[in-house]
Amino acid sequence: MTSAEIAVDIENVVKRYGSFTALHGVSLSICENEFFTLLGPSGCGKTTLLRSIAGFEEVSSGTIRLKGEDITGLPPHKRPVNTVFQQYALFPHMTVTDNVMFGMLRSGWSKTDAAQRANQVLEMVQLGGFAARKPAQLSGGQQQRVALARALAPRPAVLLLDEPLSALDLKLRQAVRVELKSLQRETGIAFIFVTHDQEEALTMSDRIAVMSNGEVQQIGAPPDIYESPVNRFVADFIGETNLLDVDVHSVSDGMATLSLPGGHGFTCPAAAMRGAGKGHLSVRPERIALCAEGAGDLDATVTGRVYLGTDIQLHVRLADDEAMTVRLQNSETTIVPEEGSAVGLKLEVGAARLLAD
Amino acid sequence: MASKTDLRRFPGFLTVTIVCLVVLYAPLIVVAVYSFNASTSITKWGGTSLAWYVDVFTGPEAPKFQQAAINSLVIAITAAIAATIIATLASVAMTRAGRFRGKTLSFALISLPLMVPEVVTAVASLVFFTAIGFTSGLTTILIAHIVFCIPFAYLPISARMQSIPDLYEQAAMDLYATPREAFKLVLLPLMTPGILSGFLLAFIISLDDFLITNFVKGAGVETLPTAIFGSVKQGIKPNIMAISTLMLIVSVIFVSLSWLIGRTGQDKNQKT
Repeated sequence: MTSAEIAVDIENVVKRYGSFTALHGVSLSICENEFFTLLGPSGCGKTTLLRSIAGFEEVSSGTIRLKGEDITGLPPHKRPVNTVFQQYALFPHMTVTDNVMFGMLRSGWSKTDAAQRANQVLEMVQLGGFAARKPAQLSGGQQQRVALARALAPRPAVLLLDEPLSALDLKLRQAVRVELKSLQRETGIAFIFVTHDQEEALTMSDRIAVMSNGEVQQIGAPPDIYESPVNRFVADFIGETNLLDVDVHSVSDGMATLSLPGGHGFTCPAAAMRGAGKGHLSVRPERIALCAEGAGDLDATVTGRVYLGTDIQLHVRLADDEAMTVRLQNSETTIVPEEGSAVGLKLEVGAARLLAD
Repeated sequence: MASKTDLRRFPGFLTVTIVCLVVLYAPLIVVAVYSFNASTSITKWGGTSLAWYVDVFTGPEAPKFQQAAINSLVIAITAAIAATIIATLASVAMTRAGRFRGKTLSFALISLPLMVPEVVTAVASLVFFTAIGFTSGLTTILIAHIVFCIPFAYLPISARMQSIPDLYEQAAMDLYATPREAFKLVLLPLMTPGILSGFLLAFIISLDDFLITNFVKGAGVETLPTAIFGSVKQGIKPNIMAISTLMLIVSVIFVSLSWLIGRTGQDKNQKT
């Protein structure tokens, strides 16, 4: 990554509110033309970081650069970034067009240019016929598009999105995800998207930064984050996982030898483990295969079955009372064991991830 | 559930209601009805007539009342405008400046005139104006009116202000508006229903004030309420009833307007 390709560079940003520290020295770089997601549970600092980029929060220390230029001390109206707010914040006393033209007129566009651009952007979000309406006369989904059009119209260097889909219902949310992604490709500017919804993050992002407690836990492409989580938090937060307590006996050549609950031996990539000791093995429910009792890596008893449509979720219990879930694809060939029956579980070697204690 | 909240279940509800309504409104109705009395008596009915309304505009006391009405309107409009501007700025500061030193004290100071007995304010104002040797009639009334109108203008404006999240100004500033532009183009239009409501309330309070006005007014300067009072001291004539009825109508119109504006503002806000 050369500096010319970096849209936003965040260096060691700290934000304190009195004695509470919301951001503990966050550093990350967002590339041009990248769909970048800040993902984490509420209170993890993702929104604070977004608001710091927008200029609504003054950082306690650290530097924020936009295309190489230090913008840390600039007020919001002097930063060439625009925000799509969670509650949209459309100006209720203005028409859709006036809302969309607002940013352009404040930043020196001529009236004719702004009107032309407003039309173009409204067409882009498929709201061409709604220009003269007031926000109160639009549905939630339409308001969301206006908010998007308003933020994109002045051609910001970076677009910030603060959980913009959370107010929409599920069906609409899924449709808008696809549209957002293609809009980002079309406009070619960096999107910084804040969400607590891991599915949203996985489906749209080029890269994801997983945050917790004001720190970045892991940055990577969706498959990296999902398949190679660096710690327990990331493994647990992204998708479903089974975390097994294991004893690691030795690590050599990047492979770890360990014993699973129940005593079976297992070998898998060592990842963050550097030597023998206690560790956690993260195994995704869909990466476990069923086999005859005694033939797999673990033996378990089926305690429940949940029908999920595309999948069948199997709840099992190991000999040491530890609970696990297994996902079986719902197809004609799948044999779903009865409740109470004893089964063997085979873990996919490449998909099991060893995490340090 | 419905029967639990049914007011008619409370013993004596109807009686109490009727007594209250009669005490409150019977005098007003009597005044309004007798303003159409053809006789000069204020107690005996002598047939329906508009004579006393004609008398108000053309009778011997007409010039006096006319001047008083003009004074009242000039003072009410000026005082309401000034009080509204001050109240608007105050409510912006109180809701947007976060926590600042003396915020509670400021709020207490703004609403104090609502709590202090009016006669105390009247005496204090008179003493103050005399102490600084300021006796110009209309100006003293105007200053006093601005002061006591501020809390009345402040109430609806700050109520409106509290229902406007600061998100709108943030969105404006995010879209390159300077703080001044964000105020002018976004916050002010959203506050307008509250501001109009506050203005009308201040206007009506000022138009109606007798006590403070009577204390601080200079010699020979009258507003409508003081002129009415002066006239009544020499015996009540039905022309007073006609003037009172006219003032009542103006008040009702303004209060209704204030209420209507406040309501439409709220509706709009709830929809978005």
